[in-house]
Amino acid sequence: MGKIEDTQKLIDEVLEVYPEKTKKDRSKHVKPNDPTGACSTCAVKSNVKSRPGVMTVRGCAYAGAKGVVWGPVKDQITISHGPVGCGQYSWWSRRNYYNGQTGVDTFGTMHITTDFQEKDIVYGGDKKLAAALTELKGLFPLGKSMGVLSECPVGLIGDDIEAVSRNAGKELGIPIVPVRCEGFRGVSQSLGHHIANDTIRDHILEKVEGKLDETTPYDVNLIGDYNIGGDAWASRKILEEMGLRVIAQWTGDSTINELAIAPKAKLNLVHCYRSMNYICRHMEEKYGIPWTEFNFFGPTKIYESIRKIASHFDDNIKEKAEALIEKYKPAMDAVVQEFRPRLEGKKVMLYVGGLRPRHTVGAYEDLGMEVVASGYEFGHNDDYKRTYPEMKEGAVIMDDATLYELEEFTRRLRPDMVGSGIKEKYSYHKMGVPFRQMHSWDYSGPYHGFDGFPVFARDMEMTVNSPTWKLIRRKKR
Amino acid sequence: MRQIAIYGKGGIGKSTTTQNTVSALAEAGHKCMIVGCDPKADATRLILHKKAQNTVMDMARERGSVEDLEIEEVLLEGFLGVRCAESGGPEPGVGCAGRGVITAINFLEENGAYAEGTDFVFYDVLGDVVCGGFAMPIREGKAKEIYIVTSGEMMAMYAANNISRGILKYAQSGGVRLGGLICNSRKVDKEHELISELAKKLGTQMIHFVPRDNQVQRAELRRMTVVEYSPEHAQAGEYRALAKKIAENRDLVIPTPLSMDELEALMMDFGILENEVA
Repeated sequence: MGKIEDTQKLIDEVLEVYPEKTKKDRSKHVKPNDPTGACSTCAVKSNVKSRPGVMTVRGCAYAGAKGVVWGPVKDQITISHGPVGCGQYSWWSRRNYYNGQTGVDTFGTMHITTDFQEKDIVYGGDKKLAAALTELKGLFPLGKSMGVLSECPVGLIGDDIEAVSRNAGKELGIPIVPVRCEGFRGVSQSLGHHIANDTIRDHILEKVEGKLDETTPYDVNLIGDYNIGGDAWASRKILEEMGLRVIAQWTGDSTINELAIAPKAKLNLVHCYRSMNYICRHMEEKYGIPWTEFNFFGPTKIYESIRKIASHFDDNIKEKAEALIEKYKPAMDAVVQEFRPRLEGKKVMLYVGGLRPRHTVGAYEDLGMEVVASGYEFGHNDDYKRTYPEMKEGAVIMDDATLYELEEFTRRLRPDMVGSGIKEKYSYHKMGVPFRQMHSWDYSGPYHGFDGFPVFARDMEMTVNSPTWKLIRRKKR
Repeated sequence: MRQIAIYGKGGIGKSTTTQNTVSALAEAGHKCMIVGCDPKADATRLILHKKAQNTVMDMARERGSVEDLEIEEVLLEGFLGVRCAESGGPEPGVGCAGRGVITAINFLEENGAYAEGTDFVFYDVLGDVVCGGFAMPIREGKAKEIYIVTSGEMMAMYAANNISRGILKYAQSGGVRLGGLICNSRKVDKEHELISELAKKLGTQMIHFVPRDNQVQRAELRRMTVVEYSPEHAQAGEYRALAKKIAENRDLVIPTPLSMDELEALMMDFGILENEVA
């Protein structure tokens, strides 16, 4: 238990500066890791309200529903309903790639808002919304559906977006999905994922007649892959090469049709568990479709996952899976051979969303790196339970970390690289600490699958070993 | 300039009382203004002899925003030069009327509606304080003086007590004070004593007891205040008395709201609750 105690001491020192109440609260969210689960005090508290004044990095329900789940559905016209800012400042920040003619048959990079003014608050925005829906249908006749993503004021003034959507849907002949993802709901973007999942369930599944000519025993859905920098394409490639047929991607580079036909699949393959476990559980209960989690970051986890996925199918698939591993192993070994010598023993600190804090650990380990601290913005208990076994004993695990904590753990643990988001990026640049955006892949990617690992390895290497960092004076303690 | 807000339960007679009182003040030579803070926009009808057609928010909606309005379009003169504005707002059940009140008052203020030489500004506020917007007149040092219109009916008293709680909140953060209760009689038993006692418990006074008189109704049907319609009538005298008391009132307090139990006990003391309780 030595490592765990040492880390606990370090955590106590970091939290010492807080006032008593804050310290007591935060100490429940920051813990030393025990991979065995034997340590009774090491469970991390999560998914509760952030403490005021501590500078949380979390987002909101709108961010989860619009940015994560609904945003990537490319042939839906997604409206940020309310004042202009929410949509404007989150515009295309997720980098979920898609094929199509933007503005003609796809709308992913477009920012569409009802742009509330004072009078819309006072008199309500329902009429404006109805007018916008009609106008959009005229402007973009190839849009397959429209999503009304509610911003805070819409919830405050109690607009009836459900009724407007229902009427407009009848009139315009396409599904219109009202999504009550007002930012003040819930404690983080996590509730937004849940709300968005529920609206797919309520407004698309069984409501939209999906077109799928035939079904096969190998039909699967790729769930919780948002195609950041092309991730879903890399994942899909593996699944197809092992003989499976991906009938739907949720929701990276996806269409309304794909969402609608998903219940026809034989198995749901879940990458981001946090944001889409809800719909998987629903499809399991309603249609009896089993689901399984997998991890396509780094060769070790990819091989493991391919075998795990294949175990749900017949020998034909199992053989193809082995052949696939055989085929790509030399290329993966070559990547490891090239980059591992330059990354061996380097320490990483991660603070990301709801999946990557645990899913990328294996990929770093493939490159000889150690994740010494990891944390989630909006993980729940089940995420942490899945995290403990992935991390080394005595690693720091943080929930809803504050900017102070991130900085302080960086100073004390002296990681060779920090992976987090855009809000953290520039303070790390100023600290002279090598930094990589692990939400958006820093304008790079894909990182998933066999296509992604070489890119991942290259990016981490050039981040850690860039001579640029030496030109920045690191703050002395 | 004294800024006064009139609150009270819906239907208790705030608008009627305010307009009659303002008429009496104007008659006595004071320069007055009424700002209606209710989407129904009926707080100035008796002064203007018609329902205000151009409310601040309705005009803003038509034009695009309040920046597109001229003050003259929404600030109208009525009986004895009393100036009237209505915030306006949405139909019941849609939008946010409270935000409309905030926007309208800011507009009036920024555009010099509170001209020099104005002696009294009265804010006539919708029913109960339901959200921050309806507390606008007593926030940020606007109205410093509040009168609550009530009667001896339980719900009216309950509302009066509730409003006092709102005043207490803003009294602590700002300078707002309670000037008194105006009893607009409903001919409830022992009403005078009851409201005097409630006022005492709230730490204030019953500034005037306005008896019930059908003359008010007759004048209203002609879109006039009693003071204008029948200046010689006794009821006009009552409003003149109320106006004089308000003009001379220096008894401004931070209210001490009652708990529900205390309020019920008060009703019992005056024999109004005896049947239910026994």
